[in-house]
Amino acid sequence: MNALLEVENLSKQFGGLRAVQALSFEVREGTILGLIGPNGAGKTTVFNLLNGVFAPDEGQVRFRGADITGLAPFRVARHGLARTNQIVQPFANMTVLENCVVGACFGRENLPLARAREAAREAVTLVGLEDRLDALASQLTIAGKKRLELARALAARPTLLLLDEVLAGLNPVEIERMIGIIRTIRDSGISILMIEHLMQAIMSLSDRIVVLNSGAKLAEGLPAEVAADPMVIGAYLGDPGFVDKLRES
Amino acid sequence: MILRRPFFWIIAAIVAAFAIAPAIGDNIELRESLVLAAVYITLASNINMILGYAGYVNFGSIVFFGLGGYFSVWLMSAHAWPLAAALVAGGVAVSALALVFGLGILRLRGVYFALSTIGVNEGVMAFVANFGPWGGSTGIYLSPALFQPLGGPAKALWVIYYLLVGIMGLSLVLSYAVKRSKFGLGLLAIGQNEDAAALLGVPTPRYKAIVYSLSAFLPAIAGGLYFFKSAYIQPPDAFDLQLSTETIVVAMLGGQGTVAGPALGAFLYEELRGWLLTSPTFSHFQLVVAGVLLLAIVLFAPGGLMGLLYRLWPRLRSFLE
Ligand SMILES: Nc1ncnc2c1ncn2[C@@H]1O[C@H](COP(=O)(O)OP(=O)(O)OP(=O)(O)O)[C@@H](O)[C@H]1O
Ligand SMILES: [Mg+2]
Repeated sequence: MNALLEVENLSKQFGGLRAVQALSFEVREGTILGLIGPNGAGKTTVFNLLNGVFAPDEGQVRFRGADITGLAPFRVARHGLARTNQIVQPFANMTVLENCVVGACFGRENLPLARAREAAREAVTLVGLEDRLDALASQLTIAGKKRLELARALAARPTLLLLDEVLAGLNPVEIERMIGIIRTIRDSGISILMIEHLMQAIMSLSDRIVVLNSGAKLAEGLPAEVAADPMVIGAYLGDPGFVDKLRES
Repeated sequence: MILRRPFFWIIAAIVAAFAIAPAIGDNIELRESLVLAAVYITLASNINMILGYAGYVNFGSIVFFGLGGYFSVWLMSAHAWPLAAALVAGGVAVSALALVFGLGILRLRGVYFALSTIGVNEGVMAFVANFGPWGGSTGIYLSPALFQPLGGPAKALWVIYYLLVGIMGLSLVLSYAVKRSKFGLGLLAIGQNEDAAALLGVPTPRYKAIVYSLSAFLPAIAGGLYFFKSAYIQPPDAFDLQLSTETIVVAMLGGQGTVAGPALGAFLYEELRGWLLTSPTFSHFQLVVAGVLLLAIVLFAPGGLMGLLYRLWPRLRSFLE
């Protein structure tokens, strides 16, 4: 299995705050890599560095062999790296379909409008929003908006999908459903890097897990290895719920 | 194809109405009122592409109209260019300049961008007012002899009118074609949420610069026609911020982001303005009206007239754009 995404020695500082420190990891083709860590650990910042929202102070990002470090977000998208936002960012006055057409038009395949509409429809169907195709994005529930984020990213037919807490704010039924969708996506050949706080979900979905704490990598390994790592448990001592959930899974 | 869509034929009908109405009985008074309506519709439709689609408030869009006027008038008077060539050259030159300005100021967002557009207009006006070849603050006066190739002043005014109506029609078609295109979809995405658009791959810097430049082309030609018609051009008339502001009011009144809205708003506003100007109680009252209208739109009807129409008859959406 080849490395699709290679991150090497990535660092980012905000003023005096070292949000990401010398972080290295890789995502292999066809797998799901989970990225976990307490609030403020720097997970979303890592995504922002990969996507080009911020340029890293140090380090390198290689995607399918190409150096994409510090490229503008729209150029990164063209390389086939799509992403959902932790705080949903729908185009509120566009329909569900139009939202996804934007993803399809400007993503990896850079499709013309007519073909983008087909790709968008497929993505909408995959996430189960097909009956809301012509609804304005602003009219969706929070669960609907989360699914729209995912559909829009998928419509780009990416090679690698970055998911930032797509399960947060969903009820257990919706979570179950979303987990199924994520598996389907992975099985369709799209690799995934996902941030998640829900331990059970991330442990069962991920092939490997990277644990981030205060911007630095604390541990990495198979889900079971990470869950048993005393360092990881130690890092979450301030969060007893977290430890319980780790043990559960 | 665009020809098969009903909305294209609505545009064609509007243009035909403009062309035929004043020709019936040689109605010069009506023609003069429609000249202004055509100018307003041209300006409002073009600003709509950046304001309504891409969500960038351009307070200084009149700089395109004024500069286009200067380029064309100067080419005709100092270099004896024929009208058509001078108009096209003016449009191209102003679009190219807009591209340069746009690449600079479109890094700014929100209120900073809006302020910078006023700066561009004021800066260009100050430059022109001190620019010798363009007559400095006295501007350029055209010799009546320049109307001769068009068959004398009376006939020339009709020619200019029909050209302006043509530019108005092109503005509507352009605004429609852009909205229906992939480029337009990218602009609408930028207008809704620029960061999200960029994450999805919309090349935001390029698209913004292109639409800023594109929205300069037809207003520049309209400026050339307008000032050729006046036979003189001076900095305060060419770079009139008041007209710039009215253009925004008009686009928002009709419904920014729609194609028909700015045209509807421009037409109604021009007719209202004409009435206010001729009514002795209200002379020069149109700015107060514009201000009140703008407030009312922003507060009560952000979708403008088109928004209200859509709300009353949702089915309109299927053939009005
Ligand atoms: N643009 C920014 N400017 C300054 N500080 C920032 C910025 N973005 C993030 N930070 C800070 O960097 C740290 C890491 O934030 P980040 O959002 O990456 O955490 P996270 O792991 O995603 O947390 P959460 O689980 O709550 O989403 C936080 O302390 C945050 O306040
Ligand atoms: Mg986060």
